[in-house]
Amino acid sequence: MTSVGQALKRKEDPRMITGRGYYTEDIQLPGMLYAVIVRSPEAHATITSIDTSAAKERDGVVAVYTGEDLAGDFAGPLPMVWAPPGVEINTPEHWPLKRGEVKHVGDPVAVVVATSRTAAFDAADDVIVDYDPKPVVVDPEQALEDGSPLVWDSFGTNKTHEWAVAGGDFEAAEAEAEVTVEARYVNHRTSGAPIEPRCSVAEARAEKLTLYSTTQIPHIARFVLSGMLGIAEDKLRVVAPDVGGGFGAKLQVYAEEALVLALAKRLGRPVKWTETRSEHMTTSHHGRDQISYVTLTAKRDGTVTGCRARIIADLGAYQQLLTPFIPTLGFPVMGGCYAIPSIDLHFTGVFTNKMPTDAIRGAGRPEATYWIELTMDKLARELGMDPLELRRKNFVRKEQFPFETALGIVYDSGDYHGSLDRLLENFDLDEFRSEQAGLREQGIHRGVGFSTYVEVCGLAPSRAVGPQGVGLQAAFYESANVRVTPTGSAIVYSGISPHGQGLDTSFAQIAGDILGIDPQNVEILHGDTDQGAWGWDTYGSRSLSVGGEALARAARKVQDKAKRICAALLEAAPEDIELTDGKYQVKGSPDKSMTMAEISGAAHIPPAELPADIEPGLEESSFYDPENFVFPFGAHACVVDVDAETGKVSVVRYVAVDDCGPAINPMLIDGQVHGGITHAIGQALYEQVVYDEDGQLVTGTFVDYALPTAAEVPGFETDRTETPSPTNSLGVKGIGEAGTIAATPAVTAAVMDALQPLGVLWLDMPLTPVRVYEAIQAAQGNGAGPPSSQQGVRLDEHGRGSAGSGPTAPDEGGAS
Amino acid sequence: MGATVRICVTVNGERRESEVEARTLLVYWLREELGLTGTHVGCDTTNCGACTVHMNGESVKSCTVLAAQADGAEVTTIEGLAPEGGLHPLQDAFWEKHGLQCGFCTPGMIMAAADLLQRNPNPTDDEIRHGLEGNLCRCTGYHNIVKAVKAAAANEVPA
Repeated sequence: MTSVGQALKRKEDPRMITGRGYYTEDIQLPGMLYAVIVRSPEAHATITSIDTSAAKERDGVVAVYTGEDLAGDFAGPLPMVWAPPGVEINTPEHWPLKRGEVKHVGDPVAVVVATSRTAAFDAADDVIVDYDPKPVVVDPEQALEDGSPLVWDSFGTNKTHEWAVAGGDFEAAEAEAEVTVEARYVNHRTSGAPIEPRCSVAEARAEKLTLYSTTQIPHIARFVLSGMLGIAEDKLRVVAPDVGGGFGAKLQVYAEEALVLALAKRLGRPVKWTETRSEHMTTSHHGRDQISYVTLTAKRDGTVTGCRARIIADLGAYQQLLTPFIPTLGFPVMGGCYAIPSIDLHFTGVFTNKMPTDAIRGAGRPEATYWIELTMDKLARELGMDPLELRRKNFVRKEQFPFETALGIVYDSGDYHGSLDRLLENFDLDEFRSEQAGLREQGIHRGVGFSTYVEVCGLAPSRAVGPQGVGLQAAFYESANVRVTPTGSAIVYSGISPHGQGLDTSFAQIAGDILGIDPQNVEILHGDTDQGAWGWDTYGSRSLSVGGEALARAARKVQDKAKRICAALLEAAPEDIELTDGKYQVKGSPDKSMTMAEISGAAHIPPAELPADIEPGLEESSFYDPENFVFPFGAHACVVDVDAETGKVSVVRYVAVDDCGPAINPMLIDGQVHGGITHAIGQALYEQVVYDEDGQLVTGTFVDYALPTAAEVPGFETDRTETPSPTNSLGVKGIGEAGTIAATPAVTAAVMDALQPLGVLWLDMPLTPVRVYEAIQAAQGNGAGPPSSQQGVRLDEHGRGSAGSGPTAPDEGGAS
Repeated sequence: MGATVRICVTVNGERRESEVEARTLLVYWLREELGLTGTHVGCDTTNCGACTVHMNGESVKSCTVLAAQADGAEVTTIEGLAPEGGLHPLQDAFWEKHGLQCGFCTPGMIMAAADLLQRNPNPTDDEIRHGLEGNLCRCTGYHNIVKAVKAAAANEVPA
């Protein structure tokens, strides 16, 4: 029986359920010191003085350093790696400790190192920093206006860059349009908020530095940090032990990682830094924060002819690793599941006095899906057409795959009609509408929203994403090394670096089947740059479709060699050896067979002379760079109840149909979908990183930044279709981000459906009770209701709410 | 170092004595003094529950208890929930039902669930969801955690 396709229980779990996981914060090294960082309380200011004398005198304090003190310890600043051809991106120097000016609340200005955690915290309070405040800008649209305070005087503008891509003739589509709909969307700032805060431990032994860190990207971190420290790559080892969730927040090379390395090197003792939750909210990069102006053009019959988006992305105060690239990452699927002949996209990046944004689960694709899906709903209303019928009319049809979009992107495979059909088999819409009508008569406001999505993932391919493509200064192939030990266990080194996805299990299933070894005896190793081959780590739902494929290729090479050894020993031709039920046997002679343990034993300790062209040992590597991305897709339905008395939204049902190709482990897929949807429900209903007009962070803890709890989400109904990708031999696509990409428009549309009888036509996320309640009150002509406790919410004269700046009402947009 | 306190706590059945700084939080004493690193710290505000342990048979968030307050108490951590080498039914159920992904919230989640089942051996889904409100998970969407707690309850988890 093959293991692939089975819901194998996770190999990771026994240590984690018994408290024997090994996370970075668990590491204690002899003589270890604790670092605490002194951070700016100002959003924008000149540092006029730093007095560290009192801190240095405290018991247990080993050292206190300012940016000036450590200026010579770094050969280079924190990098940003996007260099799109022909586009200049304003990129300020970004050093681990600030000198001169601070640009956002939480900017690091000094570091205290002490023999205990508490001594370091106490001393940090005694570092006296004087600031001369400068004008602050937090709203990206205001930041683009003439006369706005500048985040960086040296650039003379808050605009970081513009980037555009287009295909087809949108102007003609607009001129000939029978119907045009326009809308403005705010996709607000969020936090990744893994439950494990960041932590880094650095150790120096003679010339060799080791960094243990809560990172998704140990290989990239070594590459970047060795350069920052001015040391050769072989002198730095980066280890990602068990990592307690990432969600993009740990897809970064952070100032603190560089700092602890510099401190360990300087002091000759191990140094640990652990983020507090407030530090996470303040200084782990944020996500989203985009404003999109969207136009769809169509014929009266519902055929969509053009799509234009003007996107303003609030990047915060610095360019981190991928900051300016992230808003752009969704561009291949802007246009959604629809065959739209003209697409015209334009991006403007903006500096503000806030923490930089970067990748958070979905990274550009949730934003893209949000606006295309909600604008399709709006177009349907404008046409008086059923929104699902409008989707069906415009879906790329099954027989059109591989489908080249107006932007020249090739969607690999899909069955969008099939996906929606499957959803409606699981969700009886007619029954729902009749139930909804009955409930409305009882004053219960229930609504449904749909999202039919396609996403792009499996980053890779290097030719599209790297220097020859959109311009990231990196490659995106993946590597694997498969070694069979003399007694028939497999040790697999992968270049990916999982942090909760269960790849120790799904990769063992793939390798085990190909090798003829029980997956329980396949050990997947990763996350240590001194082991295995170079890799490009885990993000962008790439681990399986790129890393898993590399592993499969290496395992097949091992299988080929095993067949040759087996053939030599059984005196058969290699092509006559087949792997059946874990045995390598001669075709037609089941009595002549060997197990992998026997073959590997012979490979390492030959019982007889093997042919001269067979090298000893049983180990192979593979490097794999795919030809294309992969494009998972699906259809989701969300049902909500809105309590008109309180404004509280409850998700009462959620049905998801996803297609990520053939399942390696269906249990893990469901788990990824559940978590992804919940992340999106969080964004749609509860979570928002809020800065006040002075640039002070209002949501600095889990008290103010509300992650969904078990009581805020329903059980999920999941189903799958399986459309293989032609891109890789496993046929697989990614699933880690799909739920997060799909769900915000479904939740938002459901709330709007529920609110429609109450006269509320549009609200931006997050759809918090206060925002919903005030909108209902205003729509009912009851004034603004009780004072709003939600910062940033404004209602226009029609009772429509907005976040950030200006009115935001897709239903105000022109329709002709 | 500030004022110190002498404490004696029975942790996972074993008597442990220690001189601690008065302000030491129970979670740091468990993690750093006793090396019981299964209990995690995820927030500063008693929201996430990653640090949940049992004190005198009831779940507490050990980031909000001083080690000094545990003097004389019996504390059980995830490492002591089941006899060495065995699994508590909840641990088994979390494994079986895929109730964890990154595993960071898991020890606290299991300890909170164990307390819930002691008080309510046959909870409904809704009771489980509300009973675990004090424990945050960013990975699983809670779906399989609820299934795991149900499964453990159905196997008659010892009270």
